Amino acid sequence: MAGAPSTDTAIIRRRVSRSQSQRGTEEPPLIKWTLIVIALAFSLVFLLLPLVNVFAQAFAKGWQAYWNSLTEPDSWAAIRLTLIVAAIAVPLNVLFGVAAAWAIAKFEFRWKSLLTTLIDLPFSVSPVVAGLMFVLMFGLQGYFGKWLEAHEIKIIFAVPGIVLATVFVTFPFVARELIPVMQAAGSEQEQAALTLGASGWRTFWHVTLPSVKWGLIYGIILCNARAMGEFGAVSVVSGHIIRQTETMPLRVQALYEGGSAVSGAAAFAVASLLALLALITLAIKTFLEWKQARDYARAQQLAMPTPESDSDTAFLARQNLR
Amino acid sequence: MSIELKNVTKKFGEVTAVNDVSFSVNEGELMALLGPSGGGKTTVLRMIAGLEMPTTGDVFIRGQRVNDLSVQERNIGFVFQNYALFKNMNAFKNIAFGLKIKKWKRPDVEARVMELLKLFDLQGLEKRYPHQLSGGQRQRVAIARALAPKPGVLLLDEPFGAVDAKIRQELREWLVTLHHELNVTTIFVTHDQEEAMEVSNRTVIFSRGNLEQIGTPREVYEQPANEFVARFIGVMNVLELHVRKGVARLNELEFPAHGLPDGERLRIGFRPYSVQISSDVKAYRYRAILRHTYFLGVMLRVELELPSGLLIRARMTKEEYAFQGLADGKDVSFQIRQYRVLAREGEKLAPEVAVTHDVPLTLGEGI
Repeated sequence: MAGAPSTDTAIIRRRVSRSQSQRGTEEPPLIKWTLIVIALAFSLVFLLLPLVNVFAQAFAKGWQAYWNSLTEPDSWAAIRLTLIVAAIAVPLNVLFGVAAAWAIAKFEFRWKSLLTTLIDLPFSVSPVVAGLMFVLMFGLQGYFGKWLEAHEIKIIFAVPGIVLATVFVTFPFVARELIPVMQAAGSEQEQAALTLGASGWRTFWHVTLPSVKWGLIYGIILCNARAMGEFGAVSVVSGHIIRQTETMPLRVQALYEGGSAVSGAAAFAVASLLALLALITLAIKTFLEWKQARDYARAQQLAMPTPESDSDTAFLARQNLR
Repeated sequence: MSIELKNVTKKFGEVTAVNDVSFSVNEGELMALLGPSGGGKTTVLRMIAGLEMPTTGDVFIRGQRVNDLSVQERNIGFVFQNYALFKNMNAFKNIAFGLKIKKWKRPDVEARVMELLKLFDLQGLEKRYPHQLSGGQRQRVAIARALAPKPGVLLLDEPFGAVDAKIRQELREWLVTLHHELNVTTIFVTHDQEEAMEVSNRTVIFSRGNLEQIGTPREVYEQPANEFVARFIGVMNVLELHVRKGVARLNELEFPAHGLPDGERLRIGFRPYSVQISSDVKAYRYRAILRHTYFLGVMLRVELELPSGLLIRARMTKEEYAFQGLADGKDVSFQIRQYRVLAREGEKLAPEVAVTHDVPLTLGEGI
């Protein structure tokens, strides 16, 4: 093999440089490798094994059984409801997130820090408490309960309640991702668009949105993952009515508690969909993080004075010739 | 008259960024707004553009009061300090942006962008994104983008601030040439007095929000309105003297102060080139030791130390230095040919008051 000798020398070179490059601040190899092994073993046992197990259990009885347990009417209804809830909650939070991030990143106002703190509230409140808050407001015994009953509007133990709880829990994702990106982008590009005659609306679509698009997509996929996976808050307001208010996470629990071998396998089948969603989210997230890091590096480069290039010198030379 | 500011004041909360400023810019003029950072010059530029609104006072563009016109309606081209190119658009789209907003037809847009690419020597780079361009190329794209919709006024904020020092000098000359060719009224902001002197037809000098002086480079250099301008434009020796019996003194230096009461303080300033030096210690009135020589190219700057320890900066050509046989450590004599009485700190001085006095012969050479 022609490439073999060079590979060998490369390895040798690397070994040499490694032993030379051990600085005073570096830990001895024993400590380094112990830490690496502990970290790897931990993620293997607590993260990777359970994940693999979900898929193994889901497919334990073969493809056909897997497919049947997903298309069985009760589970199918749960999948559909989850998709509907996410389809309502995610756009709402995108709208809110963009507006909030815009306000916080581009304007100075008195209640700015309060708004920033409020956006984070859903992260610090237990989802169960969040669900209870809505029950206390819209439930039969709640503040608006009587009025809602009189007008025959059902929120708690119905789809609107699930949407509300999901919106609340997934509230911060888009805004939190966008705020730092928008702050970093500054407002000079927007001002430039204005001086060129662009309206605020056009500036938003052609300048602002493209400059934050990766951050926005990042926020959306995280928001979506949480919207589809939320259990606690939804569980409190849902009432667990089969085929009506049961989302996928609730369905997984119901099936698993069914106790039979069949329902157990079905629980894992539905759970595997959620796990798959998590994996896809993770993959997109990694890709977007790479994109954002690249954009950030470019923005940094744009903000710095650059040394002259050959083309600049050539340009000036041509100007003098003219 | 292209642009006029009348008693414009801008306050940010409690801070007065621009204080009662009035000046006008003629059609086709290349005007510099000069001053140290925080002087208010960028705020003035942004108020002309409509990116900031004056707290009080009026802005006129071509005779029209534009206070109530938005940025979009003012028909100005603005070049930002860091260029603010749209990083998600390539060079072509950056330049075409303003034309599309103005609903130009596609062939017209293409023709105009191509024309500008050619004028700015950017052919072949139209598909490049900002991060793929060099600093100078980015600047040219930014100026091309601002000029594309044929604005009535071109405004540039520190146009050479983000460019490498080596090509800054040449870009200045290029801007002058470009302005000459396009003849569009241009206002640029700079903190570099040399840049303002070299590039502009006229310069407006700001300090702490106040307009200190407006004039041609020659006027502000030769007839500075006050001490700030005198010290900001070029180098100046400034002395604080005490008046006694009609003569103002500092150590061995004496200046006439007829009619001023005893105990009064007087500030005077003189340019290094006003100091005449001779290696003949008896040639002039004052004696000193040549402490240090700074090489500046054709000109030299020398530092004189008087017997009392007072330091004075002087300037002379290389030839004269050699002719006089000067060297560091040599005993010399000198006189001050021209000086100027300066206003007190913060005091405004009308230009006509600050005339250059010739030192009477009796003081300069006698005794």
